[in-house]
Amino acid sequence: MNARRFDDKVVLVTGGNSGIGRATAIAFAAEGASVVIAARRENLGADVVDEITGRDGKAEFIRTDVTEPGQVEALFAAIGERYGRLNHAFNNAGTGVPLRRLANTTMEEWTAVMNTNLRGTWLCMKYEIPMIRKEGGGSIVNNSSVMGLRCNDGLSLYSASKHAILGLTRAAALEVAHRKVRVNAVCPGFVDTDMARKIFDHNPAAKDAILASVPLGRLAKPEEIAGAVLMLCSDAATFMTGKEIVIAGGQGIRP
Amino acid sequence: MKELIAVEEKRFTDKVVLVTGTTSGIGRTTAAAFAREGARVVTAARREKLGESLVEEITEAGGDACFIKTDIRNPDDVDSLFNQIFERYDRLDIAFNNGGVSHPHIPTVAKTTVEEWDEVIETNARGTWLCMKHEINRMLKQGGGIIVNTSSILGFTADYGLSHYCASKHAILALTRTAALEYAPKNIRINAVCPGPIQTEILERAAKYIPNMYDMVIANTAMKRIGDTDEISGIVLWLCSDEASYMIGKEISVDGGQSI
Repeated sequence: MNARRFDDKVVLVTGGNSGIGRATAIAFAAEGASVVIAARRENLGADVVDEITGRDGKAEFIRTDVTEPGQVEALFAAIGERYGRLNHAFNNAGTGVPLRRLANTTMEEWTAVMNTNLRGTWLCMKYEIPMIRKEGGGSIVNNSSVMGLRCNDGLSLYSASKHAILGLTRAAALEVAHRKVRVNAVCPGFVDTDMARKIFDHNPAAKDAILASVPLGRLAKPEEIAGAVLMLCSDAATFMTGKEIVIAGGQGIRP
Repeated sequence: MKELIAVEEKRFTDKVVLVTGTTSGIGRTTAAAFAREGARVVTAARREKLGESLVEEITEAGGDACFIKTDIRNPDDVDSLFNQIFERYDRLDIAFNNGGVSHPHIPTVAKTTVEEWDEVIETNARGTWLCMKHEINRMLKQGGGIIVNTSSILGFTADYGLSHYCASKHAILALTRTAALEYAPKNIRINAVCPGPIQTEILERAAKYIPNMYDMVIANTAMKRIGDTDEISGIVLWLCSDEASYMIGKEISVDGGQSI
């Protein structure tokens, strides 16, 4: 079990240059996949590719901003050209926003969050579905959040984008189930990533408050999310579609 | 690539694993799957012949299993089950509380009898709670453990004629969540699996009472098919593996898209 579940598979990981995306890209490569890492920051992307190829894994970085439809189109054209196929995709690219109550949020923040988290995910799915269908099936995993099911003071826009990702996940799952394309989501809680560190740097008191709300009393490691993404793309999850796995150390159980 | 590869040929070597409801369906497949990955499996169920035949299958394949005849509806049986486990192994690492019943005929709320109600609630909900109680007490002593309960997609939805079953499966999710909160600091991870339409005895028996049941179920399931029991056991084993180390108090629904 688990030795190499993804030999000869082509897997796309958006936002694969840091945090959860990085850990997931590395994990897929470790199990034999050819991993396409699509993200904005080139130097970080190159680091992940180096780390993977340094251990005889297969990965390449394609610089992509998922808010730019032209770049998304070019990403999938490049995948088609170089690999001729796509088997699985982890739509993970996302951005946070400063904690701000709804009445104080701005059009710029709305656009930044929605275009990256929601429109970017939708746009990638639009290209992934026909490519994965052509291979006779495969798996799409979207990165939602505990905030896709719950909300928190100051996170209205982020929550709205993550709720919407679950809506897309479920709707797409219904539409493509008979084509053997499975669409699921992961809903991480607080994960030890750059995004979390940025929040804590701005607001050190937030870390204690957040940890107090997590029954396990610690942040998740990115690898603890990556494992669920790989499982969802594996043969263990062949009857699972349109669903989310919540990995949050117990956060969100209480009212 | 060596240091990157998660080589987990056998994720449960020497773990003592309890699986209830092992005479058929999901429990049977999951017990065999744990055994294949090196676990010492205690199987517990009511029907002796079927229970023993699984143990034979497992040991013939080189696995380690025993059967302890148990009706989880009966508290004395449950007491005796855990006494025997602790006597024999002196520990319990993982428990899959899966024993459950349903009624083949489907009485509406007003037509459900007290006997029907008691049988379903006392087996599914009380039986799960009682097993958890024993399991948790042991796991507290040994510094941790992992529990997975079988709920159902009827643990968060409902259907005609299944009020007792739905109530019991909803209750199992509540027990899962509460216990997960209570024992998170004690290193006991507790989650649930929520199967949809799976090819089991419960489904087969229901099909005898409900004409066109398979057609109806397949029609309202996105994948247009009934699932196999090994499509649940893989999820249960994953929940019990180290990969799920940050997951507590949650359910994974595996239903071919039926409940979307």
